[in-house]
Amino acid sequence: MKYVDEYRDADTARALSTAIAALCEPGRRYSFMEICGGHTHTIYKHGLEDHLPEAISLVHGPGCPVCVIPMGRVDDAIALAEHEDVILTSFGDMLRVPGGRGSFLDAKAAGADIRMVYSPLDSLKIARQNPDKRVVFFAIGFETTTPSTAMTILRAEAEGLGNFSVFCNHVRVCPAITAILESPDLNLDGFIGPGHVSTVIGCAPYEYVPRDYGKPLVTSGFEPLDILDSIHRLLRQFAEGRCEVENEYGRVVPWAGNPRALAVIDKVMEVRETFEWRGLGWIPESAMRLREEYAAFDAERIFAVPGVRVADPSACQCGEVLRGLIKPWECKVFGTACTPETPIGTCMVSSEGACAAYYNFGRFSRARVKEATLR
Amino acid sequence: MCLGIPGEVVALLEEHSDLAMVSVEGVQRAVNIGLLREESDGPLDLVPGDWVLIHVGFALSKIDEQEAKASLEWLTGVGDAYTDELDALAASDIT
Ligand code: SF4
Repeated sequence: MKYVDEYRDADTARALSTAIAALCEPGRRYSFMEICGGHTHTIYKHGLEDHLPEAISLVHGPGCPVCVIPMGRVDDAIALAEHEDVILTSFGDMLRVPGGRGSFLDAKAAGADIRMVYSPLDSLKIARQNPDKRVVFFAIGFETTTPSTAMTILRAEAEGLGNFSVFCNHVRVCPAITAILESPDLNLDGFIGPGHVSTVIGCAPYEYVPRDYGKPLVTSGFEPLDILDSIHRLLRQFAEGRCEVENEYGRVVPWAGNPRALAVIDKVMEVRETFEWRGLGWIPESAMRLREEYAAFDAERIFAVPGVRVADPSACQCGEVLRGLIKPWECKVFGTACTPETPIGTCMVSSEGACAAYYNFGRFSRARVKEATLR
Repeated sequence: MCLGIPGEVVALLEEHSDLAMVSVEGVQRAVNIGLLREESDGPLDLVPGDWVLIHVGFALSKIDEQEAKASLEWLTGVGDAYTDELDALAASDIT
């Protein structure tokens, strides 16, 4: 436990590690999935697995919204950006995400007007400043960013802005969890639930996970101590014969979420019947689109979106990583053909992607050391 | 994009009821606070000195100062992704 001294409260961390070890039943193995990329980051950065008993393994889930955008949607967006009068805007995280025929960065280099923004509201400003152009915001993210897009659309409506639209790719966390729970090779005992997504949706939407699938879920903060605490809470549920949703991040996450954010989403958007996720395939009810009333702001209705379908590259094992079947470094191209500079799969693009997080920080983790010794 | 950045409310903007000036690591930026109201024109429980967690230009929740400090420390450890996000925030102008 060499690095535990680096924690803000090393004594608490040590006590938690000890309590976690004491709660593990002899001979039993536990695997817990953290859904959120921010948690993945903390786990790798602080070598958290090194402070856990061998019996516990952590599996990195699909909680990086950039990583789950299928290549076809990137191609569709580039096709929009190729219109003479279109300015395509998106978050910086999207820039290097590979589509079937290159990334936004490549399209930009080839002359398309693609601009990175910090906020959807920045896109609105670009639309105001360029009345002779049509500004399309490529919206991505889980429920953390969905209300911001919805608010921006309401603002555009209030201003009567006619040259602003949204290409909506907002995804929902619960259907992704369900898809993982339904996968035939499932080998999970519980979930570390997302932090910031839960500030919007709250904890109640997760209640079906213990009820219908018998797996506990603990929403967690982002510090190493939070994650240790969440693991401890999961194990305590097993020890006490409970199976429920717990809120470890109560200092930020209200049980009922943010009612205003939920109301704004519901006003502007509705659930899609199905949506394609990179690596996970088509997941029912897993994304949002604009309601009919907001058709004037819906790029998918305004433009003839090609609706490109592209299979994931054959070398790419992002799907297996996202479902927790393999660890990032077990992918055949990890660190060789696929690096943050030359990503093949999207898990390597965003710093929150499991592969990139592992590439940047994970070299000292237990498994890596083990792997090195085996060689 | 997924990083929640803590900021301290410096002033509420009279000319834009949904905007507040917020200081993030010493940089002052306008941030939308509309999601902190219960209703679209409902009252706002926010005063200068309060801390909020900001996602893509919108304050999503109020947090206490201690939580803000802890988040800032966590973010600093994130490295490039955080500095990129701060640069993007500094370049953002949503007023
Ligand atoms: S190493 Fe690259 S291709 Fe392999 S799973 Fe990770 S991101 Fe996907």
